[in-house]
Amino acid sequence: MSNRLARTDQGPGLHPKPGVAFLGMPAFPQAAKVALGDDQLRTNLGRATDTIRTKRLAVVGEMPDWQDLRESAAAIKDHTLANLDRYLVQFEEAATAAGATVHWAVDAEEACRIGVEIANRHNAQDVIKVKSMATQEIELNEALEAAGIHAWETDLAELIVQLGGDTPSHFLVPAIHRNRHEIADIFTDRMGEVGRPAPDDLTAEPRRLAEAARLHLRDKFLDTTVAFSGANFAIAETGTLVVVESEGNGRMCLTCPEVLVSVVGIEKLLPSFSDLEVFMQVLPRSSTAERMNPYTTMWTGVTPGDGPQELHIILIDNGRTRALADEVGRQALRCIRCSACLNVCPVYERVGGHAYGSVYPGPIGAILNPLLHGVSDEHDAALPFASSLCGACYEACPVAIDIPTVLIDQRAAAIREHPEPAEAATMKLAGWALGDARRLGRLQRLAGRFGGLASKIRWLPGKLGGWTRSRRIPAVPEKSFRQWWAERESESETAQDGDDHGRA
Amino acid sequence: MDAREHILSSVRSAITGAVDPAIPRGYHRSLGDGTDLVDLFAERVGDYRAEVHVIDAEELPRRIGRVLGEHKTKSLIIPSDLSAKWLITTSCQVIPDDGRTDAAGLDGVDAVLTGCAAAVALTGTIVLDAGPLQGRRLISLIPDLHVCVVPASSIVGTVPEVMERIDATHPLTWISGPSATSDIELDRVEGVHGPRTLVVLITR
Repeated sequence: MSNRLARTDQGPGLHPKPGVAFLGMPAFPQAAKVALGDDQLRTNLGRATDTIRTKRLAVVGEMPDWQDLRESAAAIKDHTLANLDRYLVQFEEAATAAGATVHWAVDAEEACRIGVEIANRHNAQDVIKVKSMATQEIELNEALEAAGIHAWETDLAELIVQLGGDTPSHFLVPAIHRNRHEIADIFTDRMGEVGRPAPDDLTAEPRRLAEAARLHLRDKFLDTTVAFSGANFAIAETGTLVVVESEGNGRMCLTCPEVLVSVVGIEKLLPSFSDLEVFMQVLPRSSTAERMNPYTTMWTGVTPGDGPQELHIILIDNGRTRALADEVGRQALRCIRCSACLNVCPVYERVGGHAYGSVYPGPIGAILNPLLHGVSDEHDAALPFASSLCGACYEACPVAIDIPTVLIDQRAAAIREHPEPAEAATMKLAGWALGDARRLGRLQRLAGRFGGLASKIRWLPGKLGGWTRSRRIPAVPEKSFRQWWAERESESETAQDGDDHGRA
Repeated sequence: MDAREHILSSVRSAITGAVDPAIPRGYHRSLGDGTDLVDLFAERVGDYRAEVHVIDAEELPRRIGRVLGEHKTKSLIIPSDLSAKWLITTSCQVIPDDGRTDAAGLDGVDAVLTGCAAAVALTGTIVLDAGPLQGRRLISLIPDLHVCVVPASSIVGTVPEVMERIDATHPLTWISGPSATSDIELDRVEGVHGPRTLVVLITR
């Protein structure tokens, strides 16, 4: 391992390893603290998210009917979810009639088992993959690896992450935590170990880096039998799958091999082909901030003589029905994985994706993880609190998910699951104090006498210390408003000529 | 209970009482009258760094020959139903697709020439449907130069309009410029996989 990479790996920040990515990582509050120490990450992330925020506003600003598109997108998704059983059956029928084999998987393990079986049936030692969050979620690469099958990521960023030995930190631009120099180092040091090496004169210029990736991956595209993909949308009416991409590796994986396996979350369904007229407008503008992304492939089953002749579709639940059952949280399943919420989130911008400990980071991750898994695990329970509730995510979301409302709802769920006796007692005390006007008055007079002392306190123990770590105790005035008002009233009663303006 | 039954029954119990909204469709279906679709399409696809030519239909064979010459094309693959009339000024090797050559076999070919199924002016998008004058998806993917003929009559204004023109039963490829990535510091870079050069010949 080169010195340059060793320095990066031992630098400040979180460095989750693939396969054991989030095991043993602390929950968000502690993870965030570590991540905040990573200056390189903050610089990369700050620059990147600032750029894309500006671009997104520009392309969205071009659309006078943007709010109409958002409303329609949200309603189409809600309608689909409210009738999901019907649409799933319709999708299965249409896809099967077009020549696909549709599989169902309750959880990640089952989905991986099916995927590995298909790869084994074709004696595949290597498979190629288009970037897919669903396959990351189920840890497909690890399952294939365990079966002796190597999965090659073909998205440039996923390639960078895979060669660099870490994990994605943003679901649209997974290597955003790496700058161009780190990427050049990774290519130079690692490409030769797994295929065509990087050119000797490789520079950190993005154009040269992209070219190195093109040459390195081309061999794999031309020569691999089995490919795995996800899908952005699945059309119930026709059995069509859609993959939206930029680089062309999607087209390669979806067209060159003989066998294609697509892993699709059940929430990806849309009722009709024509519904894409909404989503093919809101997705590109929200994700890469373009009027349209470079390449989109839409395919239905098998077409003789064109593309893979064997198509498998694995429909996965893996917690989605749990989220579906949650009345407030169900809207999180509208998500089309654009990452607009990540790019506007002040918390995400400062800590990056690894601190969330999940393949789904950022605002959407903060609600999706507890909804998919429940809140018994402290990592999932901590996520709804990873927010200042500023609401920027809600505004940016193309399917109008009210993330702040779901965050608050999940916070309540987290507290119910992990009660905080001290906090509960404090709330009860506050309720008692505020519950009676005269009692409150007495307490205020008491506070006025000792309030000056309180503001001198710089440190409190335990949970209360959460306040004094970053705030001062507010100064309590000597007189409460009630006292001042009462005195003012009695003075004006005794005043002879009503000349009492301007008294403080 | 197998996975299918398990999932469907979980879904059914999860959605009891779920709100099923009416779907508003207030978004625009078309551009205003008087929009010059050719101009707008040429501008928008040019924004993606595609090379754009707007020509009269009779000009087409000469322009194809010229473009291929300028790009120093030595071998060109074409869909088997592509008209020989388009190639009268083309001097490089022309390979009609036999429908059987695999990706590795196509790797050495410099360029591909196709027509299209439809195009969208607002977003600068070309849609291929593996139909007439387009061939199977593989031939417009492997070569590094894609020359695409877009007749003015195939250009519609908006995405909703193009959805009405295309057919889900065909494999569809939506192309908006040459291949690109923003993965390196969010800096957009052309040319990863797929044709790094896209030449669009719009015929009036």
